Amino acid sequence: MKIEQEERELIEVKNLVKDYGGHLAVDHLNFTIQDGKIYGFLGPNGAGKSTTMNIITGYIGATEGDVWINGHNILEDPEEAKRCIGYLPELPPLYVDMTVKEQLDFAAELKKIPKKDREEEVLKVMNLAKLTDVSGRLIRNLSKGYRQRVGLAQAVLGFPPVIILDEPTVGLDPKQIIEIRDTIRELGQKHTVILSSHILSEVSAVCDHVLIIDRGRLIASDTPENLERQMADASGMELLIKGEEVQIRDILDTIPQAADVTVKESGEEAVKKVTFRLAATGEEGVDIREIIFFAFADNRLPILSMHVNKASLEEVFLELTADAESEDRQEELQEELQEDGEMNADLEPENTDPENKNSDGEEEL
Amino acid sequence: MAAVYRRELKSYFQSMTGYVFIAFMVLFIGIYFMAYNMMSGYPYFSYTLSGMVTIIMIGIPVLTMRSFADDRKTKTDQLLLTSPVSVGKIVLGKYLSMVTVFAVPVVLSCLCPLIIKMNGTAHLKADYAAILAFFLLGCVYIAIGMFISSLTESQIIAAVGTFGIILLLLLWPNLVGFLPTTALGSLIGFFLLWSLAVLIVNRVTSHTGLAVILEAAGIIVMVGLYLIKKGLFDRALTNVMEKVAITGVFQNFATHYIFDLGGLVTYISIIFLLVFLTVQSIEKRRWS
Repeated sequence: MKIEQEERELIEVKNLVKDYGGHLAVDHLNFTIQDGKIYGFLGPNGAGKSTTMNIITGYIGATEGDVWINGHNILEDPEEAKRCIGYLPELPPLYVDMTVKEQLDFAAELKKIPKKDREEEVLKVMNLAKLTDVSGRLIRNLSKGYRQRVGLAQAVLGFPPVIILDEPTVGLDPKQIIEIRDTIRELGQKHTVILSSHILSEVSAVCDHVLIIDRGRLIASDTPENLERQMADASGMELLIKGEEVQIRDILDTIPQAADVTVKESGEEAVKKVTFRLAATGEEGVDIREIIFFAFADNRLPILSMHVNKASLEEVFLELTADAESEDRQEELQEELQEDGEMNADLEPENTDPENKNSDGEEEL
Repeated sequence: MAAVYRRELKSYFQSMTGYVFIAFMVLFIGIYFMAYNMMSGYPYFSYTLSGMVTIIMIGIPVLTMRSFADDRKTKTDQLLLTSPVSVGKIVLGKYLSMVTVFAVPVVLSCLCPLIIKMNGTAHLKADYAAILAFFLLGCVYIAIGMFISSLTESQIIAAVGTFGIILLLLLWPNLVGFLPTTALGSLIGFFLLWSLAVLIVNRVTSHTGLAVILEAAGIIVMVGLYLIKKGLFDRALTNVMEKVAITGVFQNFATHYIFDLGGLVTYISIIFLLVFLTVQSIEKRRWS
């Protein structure tokens, strides 16, 4: 793929390894971050997100590998490299014995913002993070949400080209989450933002590009839309229908798109809960909902509710991380097979049970 | 560096630690001054300072315990270490802020020789030289405390560790008397010291080959020297160990009224070494 001219490589991570005494937190990680996008760093807990971010920002050293920030190696030229980054770690690094204003002034001085601009820059980020009301309060007395905002303001201070946020919305209430997301979107217009999260809806809501990592390895890197499209096969429908199971199955048998039909009691009398997977039939431009509606209407079976479970990032994520697991198993298997001298087995990664997928696939709020 | 220095200094006076430390020091300077100089009529202020050497053993660990341990615990070190500021400057900023807090009672004590002079003969030169030596001794203790604090996350461990080491240094001149003075005893002592040093090198570099070579070379040199010139080892261990007793320099000033310039240089060198070690200990932590 050819890189567009305006897209510069801002961060380059090459063959990064972090070994915590035998446990590989980051396992030969490679990726590049281009200018002017919002990147989502996605992975389950303990996947190595924070470790990777800590290495990129120069807080800890890597066992192996290199990180370049804007052309500066984080080890050889740390001061220049760190100047290009604003970092909000998992726990905002704030001195509780200072007021918000003092903390930001201190951070501005640490970041070597020239003295004459300091006041103005601090005011700017306070407005951005909506902190002007609390500027004189001790951080000790602030709530978690406000502390997070101070941390964000601190990371943004001086408007560095890269802003790295480690789980910026953890522990906030829904209103604050929305506010922080809006701020991140706003920042993304002028800066490159990298944010990590284990919440998928957050990443799909904010990010232009998703990097999924699991057990220290990069397992996917694409736009959220592309990732969802790859998983189009996994979408399904959920219906509540009044009628007999035999009748329902007969009707659905005539619809080629409906695969793996399951019919269960819904709890209401005579109402069945029907779920099935949407199989690709190659027909374009047909709305499956219409077909289903008329099929049941013709048989005078009322549909009480209809719901399409679109493949969400969540499913992509579960699928991919499950794949990685089965790949591991596959590798082991292949090793065993190699010993036996027969390497012809083409083991496909296991398909996860579609029913599980449906129940897991509901959008998280 | 200036940012870290100012923040730390401010924090000492916001968290009361600074005030408590200064009040504690001034109180005891006052008590000793009253007892020795005012009531008993000793014309030398250095008597008071000799008494204060045991008091700073308690005061300094309280001052230094949180310098790095607290940052590590509250993760504020993430802000410092991801800022475009070198570790050396962070360490120096913190160190100088503690030295500044310690300087307040020392500067206040500079009035005492003048009070003595108002009441009779005073030995101003000797007294101010002793105050200088006392100040530098305190700075060495602060550097020790800062180094210990950089090794741990717990302020309690940092304080107790610093207290222990300062107490050991205070008792050192007496402890040295228990060391063997024979040549063979010295040889064994040096062997143990060398092995300890090699062990530390091995831990730091994780290079077993290097450690084995160093250990072997050390043994060959020491045993060789012992066989060739046994007299070299007579009392050698005691002589070397006596050098570690850093309170000796202060005693030269305070009780013998000698301006021990070499001693002051030793103090300053020890401070630089400890600041360097603190930087190394922070760097090392980031790599493990």
